[in-house]
Amino acid sequence: MTINPDLQGRSYPAAEVYDVGREKIREFARAVKATHPAHFDIEAARALGHSDLVAPPTFAIIVAQRADAQLIADPESGIDFSRVVHAEQRFTHHRPIVAGDQLRAELHVDGVRAMGGGAMITTRAEIFAVREDNQRESVATTTSSILVRGEGQ
Amino acid sequence: MSLKLEELTVGQEIGTRSIEVTRQDLVKYAGASGDFNPIHWNESFATSVELPGVIAHGMFTMGSAVQLVSDWAGDPAAVVDYQTRFTKPVLVADTTGTSEPGAVIEVAGVVGALDVESRTARIDLTVTFAGQKVLMKSQAVVKLT
Repeated sequence: MTINPDLQGRSYPAAEVYDVGREKIREFARAVKATHPAHFDIEAARALGHSDLVAPPTFAIIVAQRADAQLIADPESGIDFSRVVHAEQRFTHHRPIVAGDQLRAELHVDGVRAMGGGAMITTRAEIFAVREDNQRESVATTTSSILVRGEGQ
Repeated sequence: MSLKLEELTVGQEIGTRSIEVTRQDLVKYAGASGDFNPIHWNESFATSVELPGVIAHGMFTMGSAVQLVSDWAGDPAAVVDYQTRFTKPVLVADTTGTSEPGAVIEVAGVVGALDVESRTARIDLTVTFAGQKVLMKSQAVVKLT
């Protein structure tokens, strides 16, 4: 199995909309053992100036990994998911994610580099909301590096 | 939020936390995140791909470690940037049916840098399991007043 070097520079347009729900924020917060009331209690979130429940700092991974799935599912990519190891992750928030947001993610393949028999692939998801006037509002940028292990790695 | 940049110093400790992890926690994280890779919940699958056993999602470790910063900052939305490298897996023993954790992750945070212009503090996290660092360059940038 070889990783297609032509993947670098490729991008995948935003596909489905991700609707951020209150119960999903609460569920994700519990799953990462977050206890801050702004994830659970609307009044607590509003007291901090937010319009609704605030998502935990790594919540955007849900949206980012859905976008990554497009690349992994692309038969031209040559990625065997069972050999994927998560190597690096970064979240840059342009504004908080709150319940009620409708998010889309555009995926960019920023880097593909051979490592031993495998490859390190860096992707960037530009996560945005579409406002009522149809303008894009940047919400978060996530970058992820995955190591696809070669045989015997 | 009441943290003020002028009241912080580089090297200052923000606190520590122990995170107890069970196999059930990994199933919960899988469901909440949508990452159902069986290496995080199925022993025989994990060992078949040359892992020593079931390991925590890297994103579980990253996501739970930052709670120390969210709570210190007073507002989770103050964490405007957060990055890490995953260096070692967190092996979670099967303690199902007991009250014992399957693994304990230790988190400590210090103020690593202060930026007067952007009014942010960089918090450097040390995240260890069984005495070894499992995350490297784990840094959270917090927006201050």
